[in-house]
Amino acid sequence: MTKITSYDELRQRCADVKAQKASLAKDKIIINVSLATCSIAAGGKKALQAIEEEVAAAGLQDAVMIMKSGCMTYCYAEPTVEIAKPGAAPVVFGDVDEAKARALVTDYIVRNEPVEGVIPVNYVRVAF
Amino acid sequence: MQSIRTDQGDQTSRVMPDATHKQLRIATRNCGFIDPESIDDYIGVRGYQALATALQAPPAETVAIVKESGLRGRGGGGFPTGLKWEIASKNKADQKYMVCNADEGDPGAFMDRAVLEGDPHSIVEAMAIGGYAIGASKGAVYIRAEYPLAIKRLKKAMDDAKAYGLLGENILGSGFDFDIEIKYGAGAFVCGEETALIRSMEGQRGEPKTKPPFPAQSGYWAKPTIVNNVETYANIPAIILNGADWFSSIGTEKSKGTKVFALAGKIRNTGLIEVPMGITLGEVINEIGAGCPGDKKFKAVQTGGPSGGALTSKDLDVAIDYDNLIAKGSMMGSGGMVVMDEDDCMVSIAKFFLDFTMDETCGKCTPCRIGSKRLYEILAKITSGDGSMEDIDKLKGLASVIKDTALCGLGQTMPNPILSTLENYWDEYVAHVQDKKCPAGVCSALLTYSIDPKKCTGCGLCAIVCPVSCIAGAKKEAHSIDASRCIKCGSCYEKCKFDAVLKS
Repeated sequence: MTKITSYDELRQRCADVKAQKASLAKDKIIINVSLATCSIAAGGKKALQAIEEEVAAAGLQDAVMIMKSGCMTYCYAEPTVEIAKPGAAPVVFGDVDEAKARALVTDYIVRNEPVEGVIPVNYVRVAF
Repeated sequence: MQSIRTDQGDQTSRVMPDATHKQLRIATRNCGFIDPESIDDYIGVRGYQALATALQAPPAETVAIVKESGLRGRGGGGFPTGLKWEIASKNKADQKYMVCNADEGDPGAFMDRAVLEGDPHSIVEAMAIGGYAIGASKGAVYIRAEYPLAIKRLKKAMDDAKAYGLLGENILGSGFDFDIEIKYGAGAFVCGEETALIRSMEGQRGEPKTKPPFPAQSGYWAKPTIVNNVETYANIPAIILNGADWFSSIGTEKSKGTKVFALAGKIRNTGLIEVPMGITLGEVINEIGAGCPGDKKFKAVQTGGPSGGALTSKDLDVAIDYDNLIAKGSMMGSGGMVVMDEDDCMVSIAKFFLDFTMDETCGKCTPCRIGSKRLYEILAKITSGDGSMEDIDKLKGLASVIKDTALCGLGQTMPNPILSTLENYWDEYVAHVQDKKCPAGVCSALLTYSIDPKKCTGCGLCAIVCPVSCIAGAKKEAHSIDASRCIKCGSCYEKCKFDAVLKS
């Protein structure tokens, strides 16, 4: 890793990451799996594995980016997975057990059909 | 050097509370949105730019901004963070320390873990900002060893920040050096108290000591030390980037910004919530939390964990902030909110919290060490049906004495669950000692189980699940319970499909 030695370099790096993220969001379906201690205990890693398997089985490796994040704050609906299709607002799904994880890929992504358990957004947040 | 105030960049991030969404996420702004193990992800959300901004101006300016923001300690006490920083910045010493208190110990509270696991860089950055503000080149995170994933992600964050030159020597060419080490706690509740935490960091027993001197004057190795909670730190970069005026325009007159709560217990939407100060309890319970499951009636919520008290169904319009909660005999605490419904016995709840503090008292001062045991014994006596009105008086008297005489916050606040339940649920205490009844049907010693012969179909399920075989009856005929042998476990009550088992 190269060191960042000034504020300007840091700003530049930020702009680069933002541009990279924007182009990813335009081209790819981003699947974001919540993996905090509690999400993992609720089965988050199983959901992640099932998603990875289904993505591979559907040959979607290039169309999908899988991301691992921390707590999504919905304890009552763990494990939670967020899916952002290009050009659409991200949708968070709750209670993603192995079967639902597979359905998210085969139904929601491949066949474009709705899957139950969407958690409504009930917050605004500071996004820098 | 230029002023920090001119560099607030993108104004679209100055988000304000929104009546339809209820929650406003500042401290948990990145949790669930970035990969916590990627420093680039954090840099992409203007990570470390608050530090860079601070480094461009004299340290006093950072202190002034934090002071003006009105941020108060999120660990429970609510001491103004900027004032704390100012005291430490004015104390001259060859070495000062910036400590992060990640010894989250309240039963049911886990917001610090969520932030450390979801956005560890924000803590690293905020500690460096604090270090610059007070003139400390060293920092330490005191974290409980029970948080292995949080530790792993924090370590990775520190390593990556060092590799990028955002931690270590001459950060961003400013000449400012700052490094952080991790200190592991063994999960003792008292070590959340800052003087006990510092002693534990020094390798001594985790016991509090009298203040003054305050850690900001003489703390870790007798040097000026700032101890701030994880959530407090998580707010700092947002305050620097968005400005003190933005932060202080959120919340109530004396409590600014937001608070993260862990909503747990008898509530539909359990989870972490971050709400602007001043939101009413009713909005939290009924709108964000969606009420109690099974359409049971909301009874009370314990805020402040074992140091707090109960807010009741009469308090639903109370605006949540530091001062209002204290006025109600509770406290903000670190943000645990344990919700109780009509099936919960408040005497048992008080006993539960006393059981916790009795285990966690460090034993240094008498009121706490012996007082907690005595309080617990009286509560146990009441819940087992052997209590009298005198016991309630004794409970009240002893609780007040402990509150006034214990050495540290743990002891001083330990009687709160008792005092607040006595205040709000006096009738329940009286029912336990005078009528020998537990109105909520929880205290097993005060219950009797019987079978309603009209409803009993004689299916025999209760007799099968009864662990002491005290239920008898012929097939397809009404069964009966032998009360003299019944251990009041409630298995039959839960198993019966016809509501024929009665609890009274």
